[in-house]
Amino acid sequence: MKEVELLIIGSGPAGLCAAISAARSGARVLVLERTFKPGGQLIKQTHMFFGSESQYASHRGVDIAGILLKKAEELGDRIEIMLNATAVGFYEDNVVTVLKDEKEYFKIRAKSIICATGAYEKSLAFPNNDLPGIYGAGAVQTLMNVYGIRPGDRVLMVGAGNIGVIVSYQLLQAGIEVVAVLDAAPRIGAYLVHASKLARMGVPILTSHTVKEAIGTDCLEAAIVCEVDDKFRPIPGTEKRYDVDVLCISVGLSPLNELLAMRGVEMKYVPQLSGQVPMRTENCETSIPGIFVAGDASGIEEASSAMAEGYLAGLCAAAKLGHVPEDFEERRQEYLKQLEGLRSGPVGDRIRAGMKLSELKEE
Amino acid sequence: MFEKTGVASREMVMEKFPPIERINKGPVAVVECYQKIPCNPCQTACPVGAICIGEDINNIPVRDEEKCGGCGICVSKCPGLSIMIVDGSKSPDTIEFRIPYEFLPLPEPGEKVIGLDRAGQPVCEAKVIRVMNLPAFDRTPVVTLEVGREYLYDFRNFKREV
Amino acid sequence: MRIEQHPILNFDRGREINFTFNGQPMKGYEGETIAAALHAAGVKVLAKSPEKHRPRGFYCAIGNCASCQMTVDGEPNVRTCITLLREGMTVETQEGKGRLK
Repeated sequence: MKEVELLIIGSGPAGLCAAISAARSGARVLVLERTFKPGGQLIKQTHMFFGSESQYASHRGVDIAGILLKKAEELGDRIEIMLNATAVGFYEDNVVTVLKDEKEYFKIRAKSIICATGAYEKSLAFPNNDLPGIYGAGAVQTLMNVYGIRPGDRVLMVGAGNIGVIVSYQLLQAGIEVVAVLDAAPRIGAYLVHASKLARMGVPILTSHTVKEAIGTDCLEAAIVCEVDDKFRPIPGTEKRYDVDVLCISVGLSPLNELLAMRGVEMKYVPQLSGQVPMRTENCETSIPGIFVAGDASGIEEASSAMAEGYLAGLCAAAKLGHVPEDFEERRQEYLKQLEGLRSGPVGDRIRAGMKLSELKEE
Repeated sequence: MFEKTGVASREMVMEKFPPIERINKGPVAVVECYQKIPCNPCQTACPVGAICIGEDINNIPVRDEEKCGGCGICVSKCPGLSIMIVDGSKSPDTIEFRIPYEFLPLPEPGEKVIGLDRAGQPVCEAKVIRVMNLPAFDRTPVVTLEVGREYLYDFRNFKREV
Repeated sequence: MRIEQHPILNFDRGREINFTFNGQPMKGYEGETIAAALHAAGVKVLAKSPEKHRPRGFYCAIGNCASCQMTVDGEPNVRTCITLLREGMTVETQEGKGRLK
């Protein structure tokens, strides 16, 4: 069995920052990444990030992945990133089972573990929602921004949150027509600067609208859209048809953290954090000492918060392993301050409420 | 309406503009940031300290029209592409706008393009003066356009004639 | 179906890879997944559902949803959205649950 000091599951913004932070303190880190490329969803983000300099604001997500990987590389052999390695089990004795290259299956035992497994996309139920041409927003980004392939010619976007609006803008940048962006909610969920970028390109954003059904035989040919009332019930007679070959579904994310539940950490359903989340301390530690969580796995937020949480979790996990840098408390306070700043405004209301419900008090 | 469409009302837009006397003196930034979100690169980028957000990064940026010289560094730094530069000092009939434009193909200097409003609807004709795509802009080119003065509060984007 | 010009990104495509889809010769690029290469070639239907034989395409493109499973080199249920192309691969539409050889 492979023995490691600190195991980090996931190499997205939270996992990479956790690895950098822990290795800086002197810990030896193994990062598991299930795909063949590190960086998580950062590698698909062509837009500039919000936040402050500490979270690389104004840099594009895809470039932030490069910055973080370079920082990780500079820490030499203290960080190993294992690609094509999926953590599939997490047991009482801190053993994580790994499937590598879809073939090799083995165990890793770690003294401490940070779960930075991110999120998965929610789906939407409507007739014919299984037709080819109906894709998750992440899939559209992957095709377009990783492989440089057009998802289609005419796209209808479902969801006016940050992802829906950003991906719509990215579609326009790739030369693809976006006929409209829908959202069942009465208000745009995205940051309004993102929505305005799209609006002034002539893409209508239709709030209080939903998809009634998709039409097509082998592939998507059209979508029927209708208005909804304040209780999200379709309003008869408001149907409109859009002839499109892509329907992009961007109706939110849910935390991906089944591994933590399997290990038996205390979990709770917190709607403000978009699903089942682990209870955790201010330092990102779960109810089981030495097991930490960071990023979307502990509740859906922006990548800027995931990075700050990663730095905090890495620092605190390393400290528990005995790697306490001289400026430990100073750094800890700095990351807490960054997180407070990112969550303190009105768009952070939900997050703050959710954090209260999922907080474990330090003993 | 803004929260339903992403299109700011004329009153909201006008509040972000400095007085016309200031615009007529020379270039100045218009920061169309209407919502408190955690973001502060405009403040960090401004070399003369003309944009203030303060301690809480959720504050809405405030631009000091006297300090701002309209250098335009903030235009390509704003992650929301919410900033443009307006300059009314060039002629009594026109305004020069500098706006971010992240699409290909880029227009050519001298080209006539269609001026669009905040809902992407055609409102006027615009003439491209310059296209700057410096390495420091990090792939957010800044296009300078000349637009009739009467469109000062309407013009916000453009599209090329097909 | 490929993006040749992009304001932000450069696509450095690897060397060409030859594979077959239902017996037809196809081309993709090294470093690309099977589903991506097929999509670029205009192939959106990757499988038929087990009971109602409804067409299936990819949905998540990150290996979560299992909607993109095809038969690759005779092996069924390969998640083509996360499996990289290899020279000479035979890729087939999967009918239903597939059969192990």
